[in-house]
Amino acid sequence: MHLKTDSKPTLLWLQGVTCNGNTHSFLNLSSLVDLLASYELLYHPSLPSLQTFENVSTCKFKCDIVVFEGTFDPLLQLNNISVHRILKHYVQSAKYVIAAGSCASFGGMFKASAPERNSGLIFNEMLQEGPLLYCKEKVINLSGCPIHPEWLGYTLSMILEGEEIILDSYHRPVELYSYLAHHGCTRNEYFEWKIDSKMFGEKEGCLYYEQGCRAPMTHASCNKILWNEISSKTRSGMPCFGCTEPDFPRADFFTTKTNMSIPEDVPLGVSKRSYLTVAGIAKTFHIKRLEGKLIDYKRTD
Amino acid sequence: MAQTIKKRRRDEIIAVALKLFSEKGFYVTTIPDIAERVGMSVGNFYNYFTSKDVLAKKLVIYISEYLGEQIRNINDSDATTEEKIYAIVSMYFDMANERPEMIEYFLRVYLSNREVFAEGCEGMICVSSFVTEMMIFFDNGVSCGELYNQEFFSAFGLFMGYLGGMVFLFGEKVLPEPLENYKVSISQNIYNALKNRQ
Repeated sequence: MHLKTDSKPTLLWLQGVTCNGNTHSFLNLSSLVDLLASYELLYHPSLPSLQTFENVSTCKFKCDIVVFEGTFDPLLQLNNISVHRILKHYVQSAKYVIAAGSCASFGGMFKASAPERNSGLIFNEMLQEGPLLYCKEKVINLSGCPIHPEWLGYTLSMILEGEEIILDSYHRPVELYSYLAHHGCTRNEYFEWKIDSKMFGEKEGCLYYEQGCRAPMTHASCNKILWNEISSKTRSGMPCFGCTEPDFPRADFFTTKTNMSIPEDVPLGVSKRSYLTVAGIAKTFHIKRLEGKLIDYKRTD
Repeated sequence: MAQTIKKRRRDEIIAVALKLFSEKGFYVTTIPDIAERVGMSVGNFYNYFTSKDVLAKKLVIYISEYLGEQIRNINDSDATTEEKIYAIVSMYFDMANERPEMIEYFLRVYLSNREVFAEGCEGMICVSSFVTEMMIFFDNGVSCGELYNQEFFSAFGLFMGYLGGMVFLFGEKVLPEPLENYKVSISQNIYNALKNRQ
């Protein structure tokens, strides 16, 4: 399924139940202007577009790519027209449907507004369920709360270049989601030696043991492709909430769930027995350099 | 063939050393004592273990791996947490009866001569197999809602301290009843102390 054409592909940005977080995130894409110059923007809620939403909602146009932001609510109406109907119409002509963010991908945060009926486009949390299941081969899930701007930029560029996008079992591009948020985390040395961070915002310590960090269990390249080309949550001292996974949002973001001091969830693909063996031994050692502030270690007075 | 013989001889050294260390004490027992009991020359002994300290650490790992394997089998069974507690208590007391040197070595040599184990056996290094399985046991117990969620060492100390204390009293011959007779009551006490009351 390639989209390499001589004319510019048409892109439509639709919204379900949303906080606009993905729209805002996309505006931070450093190559936004260049990227948009390669597309005809039929409609976007926050960018200059060819049509108004009123016009688009009459379902008189066609498009090549639909970007859908927000949880899908089958009862939601915009401009007195069912969003389901608008979506169905544009998906017909589209070659790709991008679910932008975790709400569109899995239901996410806004599934809670009507949990019995809301879902993502082809997934309801972990279950394959949703309004576009009949054409799921068109759907690319870019989960995240919000979406990483570079991930959407990457996907739109790949489509533009006619490159194949290989997806994982949750329809996420493997190029972006085969990594864990743990990969590239600047706290990895603290993780290796099992040294906790006692406060948020500190440069030292690992956030996995007490502060609820889900990076070792979360498919996301946040520490490989940095946010705003500068940083990430864990680098700045906040735990990863696991926002790219179908079970997001979980409860107690800032607390690691433990059973008798033993983390309930251990790094992905590692058996608890193996993890506890290594962790117990690593914890035995005391690395002076890692016990205090890094800038204070062997400092010249 | 040569490897099999070497392994058998190594196991013999371990068995004899466990007995001598736990009966006579670590410092009183010498390498010539062990070599003589095994029936080998002192020179040959050093082909198996380079020093008494190295042997001492190997013995702790040996006991830990043995206990770990037993508890792992219990952890992997379909038993309830209450049943698993009984199985662990039972296994521990049977070991104290049948191979008292294993427990004696742990209590009287490993825990009483920390200077011997200060380097190379720090923290959990030599007892990791055993402690890891106890962690798995507690983790499973809390996950299935049978045990109260608390700090690991509070529960671990209660469980293993209790068992160690009973085996110590047994070793001192102050228990009026055979160890076997305490399995049910002690398992029940441990379960009652650790169970989830919510």
